[in-house]
Formats: sequence, C-alpha cells, structure tokens
Amino acid sequence: MVELQAQSPGAGLLPIVIGDLRLNEVAPERMTSLAPYNGQAEALSEAMQAAHGMAWPVPGRMTGRNGARAMWFGRETALLIGPEPDTGLTAHAALSDQSDAWAVLVLEGPGAADVLARLCPLDLRDHVFKRGHVARTEVAHMAGAIARMGADNWRIMVFRSMAGTLIHEAETAMRRVAARRNSTGEGADIARDLP
Amino acid sequence: MRLVCPVCGERDRREFYYQGAALAQPEGEEWGPHWDDYLHNRDNPAGVTRDMWQHEQGCGAWLIVTRDTVSHTVLRCDLAVGARA
Repeated sequence: MVELQAQSPGAGLLPIVIGDLRLNEVAPERMTSLAPYNGQAEALSEAMQAAHGMAWPVPGRMTGRNGARAMWFGRETALLIGPEPDTGLTAHAALSDQSDAWAVLVLEGPGAADVLARLCPLDLRDHVFKRGHVARTEVAHMAGAIARMGADNWRIMVFRSMAGTLIHEAETAMRRVAARRNSTGEGADIARDLP
Repeated sequence: MRLVCPVCGERDRREFYYQGAALAQPEGEEWGPHWDDYLHNRDNPAGVTRDMWQHEQGCGAWLIVTRDTVSHTVLRCDLAVGARA
C-alpha cells in the first residue's frame, strides 16, 4: 500500500536567503474563491461580515486580518483565506475550494520591491502600491497575484504547478538585485554565479 | 502602451489580450449579408477604432478599447459587460 504524504508547493526548494532578502512560503491555508451571483454582491458582503467579520473587498484591496482575510482576486471575485467558508455564503455566491491550487510565497527584506520590479509590470512605488493592496498581474510571464502585507513584506501567488518556475525566477531576480547592491564586494561573487 | 482598466487602473499592455473589432452580433439566425459582415468583413480604418480586449493577466474583464490608430492615443476603456457594441 502506497502511503501518500501531503507536500507544500515549495517543499525542498525554500527558504532562499540572499543578502537581506528572504523568500519563503506561507503555511498552507484554506482558500476559497467567492464569486457573487448577479446582484448579490451586497448581500454577500453582509453575510461575510456576519460570519467572518470582514466585508467584501473593493478591487485591488484586502479586508479582514491575519488568519481570516478576504483578498480581491479578479473582477467580481475574491479569495477567502483562512476560515472554512460559512455555509450561508452559498446563497449569494459560487464557492470553490482553491486551497491546493495556488503556491503562496512571501518575499521580505529591505527593497524587496526591487526584486518584484524585475518580475512584474506593476507600479510598486510606496505611494502607489500600499500595504493592503493586491493586484492580479503577470509574474515572470505567469498569471499570478501580488499583495503587499507590509513595507518590505510581499506575497506572490502563482498556480501551484508553476511554483518551481516562480522560485527559480525569484531567486534569479534576488541575486541580481543583491549583486547590484554590492557590485564591488560580496555581490561580485553572487554576480559570477548568475545564470 | 498602457491601458486603463476600469477595474484595476492603469496597466501595462502585456497584461492584455487583443481579440478584434467590437461588433454588435446580428439579430436572428437567418443568414444574410449582415452575418457575412459580422463574421468576415472588417474595415481597416486609419483613425478611431473600437476593439475588444481582455485584461487576461489581471482581473479577467473584457473591455472595449477605443483608440486612434494614427496617433496611438487611447481614447476610452470601458467594460464590455452591459455595453452595447
């Protein structure tokens, strides 16, 4: 009898630490996509507020808190991250379990945005993309999402099957950013190893 | 080239997929010149065009983008849902 064991998307590949920058994965959480039925957005928001203590997020934003969060995830779509969805939500929205569908990485460290700038075409400047903002975008040519959890703390999401590619691309970008920062010192070694 | 998605805001062109001219689908199933036009015949104007784009790598919304092929100015980006082509 084969014993199957659950593995996280980045198992064996993470963490990656380069200089002050660190790439790791978030412990897998329950993720459910919510897509309100026609004209049900307001009722859904009220049901979410009652059941989970958070409102429906406007485009590009997150509501809730750590452990129970709603992340905008496309036109008339949001991800409920953390809690098991309340059954009352099904009256207003189509729900689908996305828990195993996405790789969720966390990139942190001073100037982590410089790394992301090499991977996606978003305007990530502090006064444009603030804490609590989220965007669906292209991440190293893959469909993904980027969210800002703190000044130097970002989440990067791609389809789980592409986790290895994302980790490779992110590590390359991290090395290049680090190499530019220390082009005469420590970074010179890093630069020599660039692919 | 950048497009202002009505949902997401200003985004780079590479997040968008271009489909083609934004045309109203003819009514009825009777074959005729209007279906011929809808399926096959396209103008190629030097000037203002209305095209269907999708914010494929973003929010997923279908958009009607009005732009000028001479000056490359993007005049409007509207959600296709609810709009009359």
